[in-house]
Amino acid sequence: MASLIPDIVEDALVAVPEAPGRRRRPRLRVWRAVVLFIAGAYFLIPIYAGLRFSFENDAGHLSLYAVKAIPSEPGFSAAFWLSMRLAVVTLALTLVLMVPTSVYVHLKLPRLRRLLDFVTILPIVIPPIVLILGVLRAAPLWLRASPYLLSLVYVILSMPFVYRSLDAGLSAIDLKTLVEASRSLGGNWLNTLWRVVVPNLRSALLSATVLTLALVLGEFTMASLDLWTTLPVWIYQFQQVDAHVSTAVSMVSLIGTWLLITLIVSLDRSQSRRTRRRTNNS
Amino acid sequence: MAPFSIYSFLGLGVPIIAVIYYAFQSEQGKPTLSNIALVTHGSYLLGFENSIVLALITSIVPGIIGLILAYAIATSRSATLKRLVATASGVLANFGGINLTFMFIATLGSTGILTAWLSAIHLNPWNFGFNLYSFYGVALVYLYFQVPLMVLVITPALGGLRPSWREAAENMGASSWGYWRYVGVPVLMPSVLGGMLLLFGSGFAAYATAETLTAGTVTLAPIQIGSLLAGNQLAGQENVGYAVGLGMFVVLAVTMILYGLVRRRASKWLR
Repeated sequence: MASLIPDIVEDALVAVPEAPGRRRRPRLRVWRAVVLFIAGAYFLIPIYAGLRFSFENDAGHLSLYAVKAIPSEPGFSAAFWLSMRLAVVTLALTLVLMVPTSVYVHLKLPRLRRLLDFVTILPIVIPPIVLILGVLRAAPLWLRASPYLLSLVYVILSMPFVYRSLDAGLSAIDLKTLVEASRSLGGNWLNTLWRVVVPNLRSALLSATVLTLALVLGEFTMASLDLWTTLPVWIYQFQQVDAHVSTAVSMVSLIGTWLLITLIVSLDRSQSRRTRRRTNNS
Repeated sequence: MAPFSIYSFLGLGVPIIAVIYYAFQSEQGKPTLSNIALVTHGSYLLGFENSIVLALITSIVPGIIGLILAYAIATSRSATLKRLVATASGVLANFGGINLTFMFIATLGSTGILTAWLSAIHLNPWNFGFNLYSFYGVALVYLYFQVPLMVLVITPALGGLRPSWREAAENMGASSWGYWRYVGVPVLMPSVLGGMLLLFGSGFAAYATAETLTAGTVTLAPIQIGSLLAGNQLAGQENVGYAVGLGMFVVLAVTMILYGLVRRRASKWLR
């Protein structure tokens, strides 16, 4: 959810107009420094502590043993690949379900956008713990026996973020003209969707992808109650064996997710900058 | 549209209906109110009370801290700082669960780094009755994602607080206090309340952090559902979990209705 918000907030933050000739208040500056210092300490010390703990052995000396031990720990690779498979399946289902739906609603049924807004906000309002309670009761047995039941539910959980980013992307392009042009040139619907609409939604699709992956790889509540050892569940269980290794996995996965997000976002930024330049030149 | 409707009905509608339906069913499949009666008494009632108190603490305290932090940043001149805080808030507001638990154990657990630093100056918090794996420990950890959430929510409202209003107030002779009393606070109040209601919802519904931090030993409504689902239930009370779930729905529905009302009031100033 958050990666969507910063852009909006960033604009709001940066756009705060400067008061011309406002008196500089030194008291305010000291006060601000104190606030920022305390906040910085509160948010940074736990990150430092987590990293430190990951690179320490039981005697408290710096050591890489925990990080090196990760791949060979019992159960790790099974949990890792389960999480990866769930992530891929969830992502595929989400995109196949949400892209045509949001395109169709934008194009043909704009009056339903409010309804879609409402339906897709529900997964935020309904606690995951209550949702999985109902899912486990209502799902047929053959589905409950499969880990991919989790993927089906994760599609629901990712809807708020995915729909919002697609909705923003679709509002930013002239969908109607694009589709009509493609259709009048003889493209069928599938062709139009795949070769005209999707390329124009690239950055919306990227952010939807990132949000979905981050969600699936970090989800604990539902996976643990559905009794599947996904990566977060494994991390939690393994702390009884070696808390250093558990913490190391958790920090590595965290940093990995951040790097992935940063990479994708910066790739997208440079890409769109290049596109803009090209359009300006032509 | 049809696939989406079917999917969201099966994935959202059916589970919700199942929770509500089984909350009113006995184990023999007869309609009953005994689950509801169980949930409104004794340990389940305590779970709700604790959850509501926790949600209140972790909405009011981070609400105020987040407001102060957002104001400190909104009035700063550094665009870099603003961008940094916006990005960091986005990342941290999504924090929670197992990663956060481990970071705090490494910080304030009995052998944590901050604990070690503080005991070096004879201020080991564990000697003063602090316990990370308790109700207040959970509240302290929740600050970590609630404060950034408040910063994200309240920053646009602070942007709507125009400097010209302050100048106008000062030109008419208002003191700093007068400005806040008659302009700043009334304008911001609906947004602040709205933000706090969101934090209330997020604190009330959170499960993973509390469960992993305390190994399920705090009495909170979501933890009780988890424990019931894991099979820790008395004979003849198999359906009580659904009644707890229904109770959570009711609390969150009230929260969201209030949020909707407050939001409408707040949007007046955000144009």
